[in-house]
Amino acid sequence: MSERAERVIVLWVPDWPVHAYLSEHEEAGSIAEHLTLALIAQHQVVACSQAARLAGVRTGLREREARSRCPDLEVHPHDPEVDVRRFAPVLAAIEQTIPGVEPLRPGLCAMRARGPARYFGSEEAAAATLIARMVELGFPESRVGIASGRFAAEQATRAFEADPGVDIPSPGVRIVRTEHTAAFLGPLSVARAASLDFADVLARLGIRTLGALAALPEDAVRQRFGSAGIVAHRRARGLGAAHAAEVRLRDPEIELSIDCAFEPPLDGADQLAFACSSSAEAFTRGLIEHGLVCTELRVELTDDIGIRHDRTWAHPSHFTTSDVVNRVRWQAATVPRDPDRGGSGIAEVRLTPIRTAHAASHEPGLWNTAPDERVHHHLSRVQSLVGHEGVGTGELTGGRLTAERQRLVPWGTRAETRRAPRSRVRLRDGPWPGRITGALPNTVFTQELGAELSDALGAPVRPTEDDVLASHPARLSIDGKHLTAAIEAWSAPWPLHERWWAGGRAGYRIQVLLEDGDAWLLRYEHGDSCQPHGPDTGTQDAPGSGRGPSGALDRASRRVSGREAAREIQPTGRWLVEAHYA
Amino acid sequence: MNQAATVRTLQERITQMQPLRLGDDALPTPPELRDLLPGGALRRGSATIVSGSLQLSLALVSAASASGAWCGAIGLPEFGAEAAAELGVALDRFVLVPDPGPHTISIAGTLSEVLTVLILRPSSQVRSQDAERLAARLRDHGAALVVLGQWPKAESTLRVTGSRWGGLGRGHGMLLTHELTVRSDDRRGPRHHTVVFRDGRLSGALPRVGAS
Repeated sequence: MSERAERVIVLWVPDWPVHAYLSEHEEAGSIAEHLTLALIAQHQVVACSQAARLAGVRTGLREREARSRCPDLEVHPHDPEVDVRRFAPVLAAIEQTIPGVEPLRPGLCAMRARGPARYFGSEEAAAATLIARMVELGFPESRVGIASGRFAAEQATRAFEADPGVDIPSPGVRIVRTEHTAAFLGPLSVARAASLDFADVLARLGIRTLGALAALPEDAVRQRFGSAGIVAHRRARGLGAAHAAEVRLRDPEIELSIDCAFEPPLDGADQLAFACSSSAEAFTRGLIEHGLVCTELRVELTDDIGIRHDRTWAHPSHFTTSDVVNRVRWQAATVPRDPDRGGSGIAEVRLTPIRTAHAASHEPGLWNTAPDERVHHHLSRVQSLVGHEGVGTGELTGGRLTAERQRLVPWGTRAETRRAPRSRVRLRDGPWPGRITGALPNTVFTQELGAELSDALGAPVRPTEDDVLASHPARLSIDGKHLTAAIEAWSAPWPLHERWWAGGRAGYRIQVLLEDGDAWLLRYEHGDSCQPHGPDTGTQDAPGSGRGPSGALDRASRRVSGREAAREIQPTGRWLVEAHYA
Repeated sequence: MNQAATVRTLQERITQMQPLRLGDDALPTPPELRDLLPGGALRRGSATIVSGSLQLSLALVSAASASGAWCGAIGLPEFGAEAAAELGVALDRFVLVPDPGPHTISIAGTLSEVLTVLILRPSSQVRSQDAERLAARLRDHGAALVVLGQWPKAESTLRVTGSRWGGLGRGHGMLLTHELTVRSDDRRGPRHHTVVFRDGRLSGALPRVGAS
């Protein structure tokens, strides 16, 4: 009995769903004495107005039964989301009177009583202030209950004048003194403190009131009913929660984003960045005041005709003021310029922190990796010379082609967002059959570089349908230039089939070694395989070939020119240089 | 006899260890490449020209990178990250400036303050006063430069004179081993060395397997 629960204020707005419904649909009129209204979910009454209750409608009643008891009942579907949304401004208003509120459910919230009681002079005065605030907000029937522990306070809001241990200092306020808690809770039904099933079990055991439940020894309750029994037992005895705070206050909402508007609009990234520097300073200072740092930032640039460019930037550690300014500059530099419209510029900048972290977790440690700071500083300087994308580190990704297995991560991009599942970056852990093993090429061409393989007679060498080369390659020319060294060795053409079900890439890859020790990795890309004659004969697909129009377009764009297609009877395709062993 | 042999082995070990003792300015260098460099290691403040093999230049960097130093490459737009990682380069500490444009030398100067080894491929002919200025910054900040191309004042030049691959036949196999013949020109005079890569990694022994 040592752990007496602390004093708690509970504020209850009866019939909250009805209030929420009426304020959502203003035309339905203010809540009137005569308005009989019920909100229904799954054919059961969830909430009803006072007039409907007088007519015999109760929560939990079936819809048909409710209609029969009150024939002129207005019935509407219940929307829980509206309840929550409409309660949020009420909570904010209560927070202005008494800071630190725990929302229990829409229409019900709890506060600690100690602070307000000291501030307003007494619990009665605090409760009266709260009621006055609620009347101002338009909820004159609100109830305030103050008791030891959240459960008792919540019961107190529903208490009647005649109940034992209840003081009613002013209308709508119910106060249960600590010493009266047992007397107040004792006569209440066990159903108030336990779930329906459990209350049913207790009632059949002859335990019908909380007083009877509280009289049982705790060990016996634990052995018989386990944790559910202990919870009900503690409530019945007026004790607080065993291991947690009685009231878990919600974090007050704080506004961290910063807007700045420019009149006249600013053109030019540097100008904009300079103009934003004080806002960026205010932005980071606002975060620091709350002990936060920003790790992900959204920059929204709105130009003078209302077109918005927004982008989310991540940071490997956290944004400092200069980082924020840099992001604004980089983003402004990438805003497309439309030559048709003169005089356009950025009229408004909005900085919003998407993700924040506690500043304490971003403090440099005692043995911090000090060079990192210097590296970051210098790389940022280089970035200002060559652009954000111009400096970075390499990262390995998944894929089959060597160019797909790596990417440049611009400096100042955080690691986690790179692995977001929606991004195009593919996981490296897959088996990736068809990737190059053995020696890896260290020069990987990302742009297409044409190549031509020819045999000893000068005829082009192509893979056949049997996955072999039609003839022995002897000469290699790259980008139209013939290499002097002859081909010494070559691999079998390794077939490459990607996403064949969606018309993906198909072709072959081959390693070629020249006599002077130069080694190349080539890729053969299939052209249109059904284009043997004439420039225009084969643009339609054969009926029933199962290829969609998009596939045909794709192939048409990749097809070599009509003249070449006419010349070659062989299926057209081309060799590309994928990589070089430099 | 026993004593003489002991003395000889000790002397050999001394001569082996001596280059490493030469200065504090030696950077971690893969043991397979120590013979190629004067002093047996990549030295801080020095410039080394590597011509004919990007793989060799990355191999020179790999030990320093693996030991925790920040390294970087300027002017390599077709950098093969996977091959570099295979050689032991730590990619998260390997800065890439693929396309420095006209700022190559100034970026190299800036980065030489934070990077330990810098691979540089100059886009054009480097003027000797630019090279002097960069060399001074390299000495100041203890960075080493590996140049792919021409450089007015290099401490040593490694030129690949021969390249032999193993593992690939006429229509079968795949590239596995790579043997480079390297001619080094430095204060020790011209020398010839052999560097072997197996499966993309530096390898000490000379492999004679597979078709060639």
